Amino acid sequence: MRETEISEARLHEHVRAHRIGEPLLQVDEVSLAFGGVKALQGVSFDVREHEVRAIIGPNGAGKSSMLNVLNGVYHPQQGTIRLRAGQAWREFHDMDSHEAATLGIARTFQNIALFKGMSVLDNIMTGRNLKMRCSFLEQALWVGRARKEELEHRRAVEEVIDFLEIQHIRKTPVGRLPYGLQKRVELGRALAAEPTLLLLDEPMAGMNMEEKQDMCRFILDVNDHYGTTIVLIEHDMGVVMDISDRVVVLDYGRKIGDGTPAEVRANQAVIDAYLGVAH
Amino acid sequence: MAESLHGLDTFPKLLAHHAKVRPDRPAIREKHLGIWQTWTWHEFAEEVRSIACGLAEHGFKRGDHLALVGDNRPRIYAAMCAVQCLGGVPVPLYQDAVAGEMAFPIQNAEITHAVAEDQEQVDKLLEILPQCPSLTRIYYDDARGLRNYAQSQLMGWDRLLKVGREARRRDPAFLETEIAKGGGEDVAAMFFTSGTTGVPKGVVLTHHALIDRALAAAQMEGLGEDDVVLAYLPPAWIGQNIFSYAQPFVTGYCICCPESAETVMSDMREIGPSYYFAPPRVLEALLTQVSIRMEDASRLKRALYRYFMDVARRVGGAILDGRPVGAGERLLYWLGDVVVYGPLRNVLGMSRVRIAYTAGEAIGPDLFRFYRSIGINLKQLYGSTETSVFVCIQPNGQVKPDTVGPAVTGVELRFTPERELLIRSPGLFREYYKNPEATLEAKDPQGWFHTGDAGYVDADGHLKIIDRVKDVGKLADGTLFAPKYLENKLKFFPYIKEAVAFGHGRERVCAFINFDAEAVGSWAEKRNLSYSGYTDLASRDEVYDLVRECIEKVNADLAGEPELTNSQIQRFLILHKELDPDDEELTRTRKVRRGFIAQKYAALVDGLYGGADSVHIEAQVKYEDGRTAMLSADLKIGDAKTYAPAAARKAA
Repeated sequence: MRETEISEARLHEHVRAHRIGEPLLQVDEVSLAFGGVKALQGVSFDVREHEVRAIIGPNGAGKSSMLNVLNGVYHPQQGTIRLRAGQAWREFHDMDSHEAATLGIARTFQNIALFKGMSVLDNIMTGRNLKMRCSFLEQALWVGRARKEELEHRRAVEEVIDFLEIQHIRKTPVGRLPYGLQKRVELGRALAAEPTLLLLDEPMAGMNMEEKQDMCRFILDVNDHYGTTIVLIEHDMGVVMDISDRVVVLDYGRKIGDGTPAEVRANQAVIDAYLGVAH
Repeated sequence: MAESLHGLDTFPKLLAHHAKVRPDRPAIREKHLGIWQTWTWHEFAEEVRSIACGLAEHGFKRGDHLALVGDNRPRIYAAMCAVQCLGGVPVPLYQDAVAGEMAFPIQNAEITHAVAEDQEQVDKLLEILPQCPSLTRIYYDDARGLRNYAQSQLMGWDRLLKVGREARRRDPAFLETEIAKGGGEDVAAMFFTSGTTGVPKGVVLTHHALIDRALAAAQMEGLGEDDVVLAYLPPAWIGQNIFSYAQPFVTGYCICCPESAETVMSDMREIGPSYYFAPPRVLEALLTQVSIRMEDASRLKRALYRYFMDVARRVGGAILDGRPVGAGERLLYWLGDVVVYGPLRNVLGMSRVRIAYTAGEAIGPDLFRFYRSIGINLKQLYGSTETSVFVCIQPNGQVKPDTVGPAVTGVELRFTPERELLIRSPGLFREYYKNPEATLEAKDPQGWFHTGDAGYVDADGHLKIIDRVKDVGKLADGTLFAPKYLENKLKFFPYIKEAVAFGHGRERVCAFINFDAEAVGSWAEKRNLSYSGYTDLASRDEVYDLVRECIEKVNADLAGEPELTNSQIQRFLILHKELDPDDEELTRTRKVRRGFIAQKYAALVDGLYGGADSVHIEAQVKYEDGRTAMLSADLKIGDAKTYAPAAARKAA
């Protein structure tokens, strides 16, 4: 049984394996509207390499819209998003989600989007899809590269399974698993794609305290072990403050705060947004 | 066993022997990344030698102690043998113990080096490091999460291996000399007893004791290199250590380490062990699972199961024992084997089990018969850490549910006037570490070990254990009161998980009950009884009725035993929480600590013997992470019907 308590001391006491580096993603003045509804209005922020970046805000603040923009599901009417690959910056306007995936962006969803009837193993294997090189025919006939590739992918998937400690449910259909484990499988599928940027949409939503602590541990482990840059959305403030390096706060589609958890916590606009103000 | 093990008086020498005789046979398998990885005897011996040289390089000397903290892993066992190569003493510790519990053994044995399985265990060792100045080196197997630990005491297994390999290259003869220096009378290992009473004691066992007993049992059962064992119980427990270390070292069989504690069931199905050990609670949990799944099965399957289990109950045991059974019944049993027992054995992962043992606690006769009736050769054995396990084993074909069989070759049994069992055997421990008083108390100058168990040898020469000598008490009217006997009878019901009986010096017998949350939960669901958890169920009248039924059945049984008819349970209550080793109510091997419970819940005991029909409790509960909280509740007290002695009942 793993220790679920996150010791803050441990987090700060040790040197991080991957030091937070230069910006990896740059969001400038992004605005998104659905008809008359302004989901995002001139939002700018950056995400640095190897950091855990949280986007928080009350319900309807535009968090999920923001994530969908980063992921290429929505296309903002204004503003630019740039992603760095090595030294080169790539700007994207009309990126679709397939393109986002090839650029090394993987995500999980607020409401679990797994194949309920498929086993955990197969679900995570779907995360390897983009890495499969052999043709449909080769796979169907089990010739050529298919065998070697399958072994390679299976190993990668098994490593993810080992990492997330879900060996005991390897062959269980996902639909039969409790919610907390389904969330973990979804994280597993995203990890199987070996992303450089991982987007997590409310990874802790609907979880009990223990499941939340488990999930926090795994998020930190992913960041530490693979050096993955993580952007996560969450409206549970407590959890976010514990595991993030920097936090963006949105309210009614606008950015109202940005900084370290301590800075954000002290920000009056943020306190007002969360607690409400008397008018 | 055709090969001669003459002159191989230590485990390192035995290992060298197997590496020579069967270098390519599997010694240990471990499931890693979904695939069973095999270490042959040759590979295992190589690893052991390099690690031994590495340890020596790090200042580990003859007579030093090394702690092993972890689950069943090849490297934990490799470290064990490496330590023995150098004439040191491995001290396996329970991997689920909290940090505080590990401090005592480490201080007591002045442990200098430790091998930990992973980050969780390393964290615990680091936590108690300030109290344990002797501990200077901690090696870890699984490096995950440990990369950024800066403590100077820490080192990964692979680095130790590298250090060892280099040292070996420099001086290849060193280790061979060290191994040759060892002899049978050297200390092979030290096991801390779980401590049903008081602080744990380090039981010192020699190579000779362990090898002698392992060999005696292996010869009796005809174990050989083709046998396979699944290692799934804590290696710090002598039983697991015998089955996964001492016995493979004398027979050359292969042990398999499951992937994780949660995957044991499916790993067992994949491996198909031929030699198996399970304490009664594991067998019980398996049967409960089967029963629950059968209740959810289709009507046809349920009917088939019920019919053929009836057949098995009638003739299964007799067929296994080789006693005469009519041809018609035999045919039915054969049919049942095809339709029910075979598939059931397969589901349990016991298709290939040739010999299965159970011990540690008394096993319910129904449970015991169930496994035997479906063709699994389950047998009871008797032994303890102090005796290197094997004292009595039921021989094939002479298996009685209420005895533990005759003494194994080399063992002498004797009884004191108080019915306490005394043992003399080559497998006896040398001493309790640094505890001469306790040693003297347990082992008299003539070499008899005082077990503390009360029992007798029956007409066939089989040993029967009743209870602990100190627990056997008397009711106020002077009749015999054997609490464990009652508790076991209660626990044999699938709904009851734990029971604690009180009655010594009282007029009547009362009991605390813990129900089995899984079984009762499923029972409640069937009745559309909504509940939030254990505590909620524990307060329901329906559950009280369910438990009452069980108790009344026990009472009816007791009415048939003249000596115990006064021990019928008259009042009971269901505890608001499950008894837990973390709250010190159970030992790590899950034995009830009756005295401690009586003291902790004195108010409840008073309530049982008072007239009230409910009692208030405020208790402290400890969570797994060490936090504590207060809990207060009103517990109901139930009354159970008692029966007149059997003779009277028949007349009525």
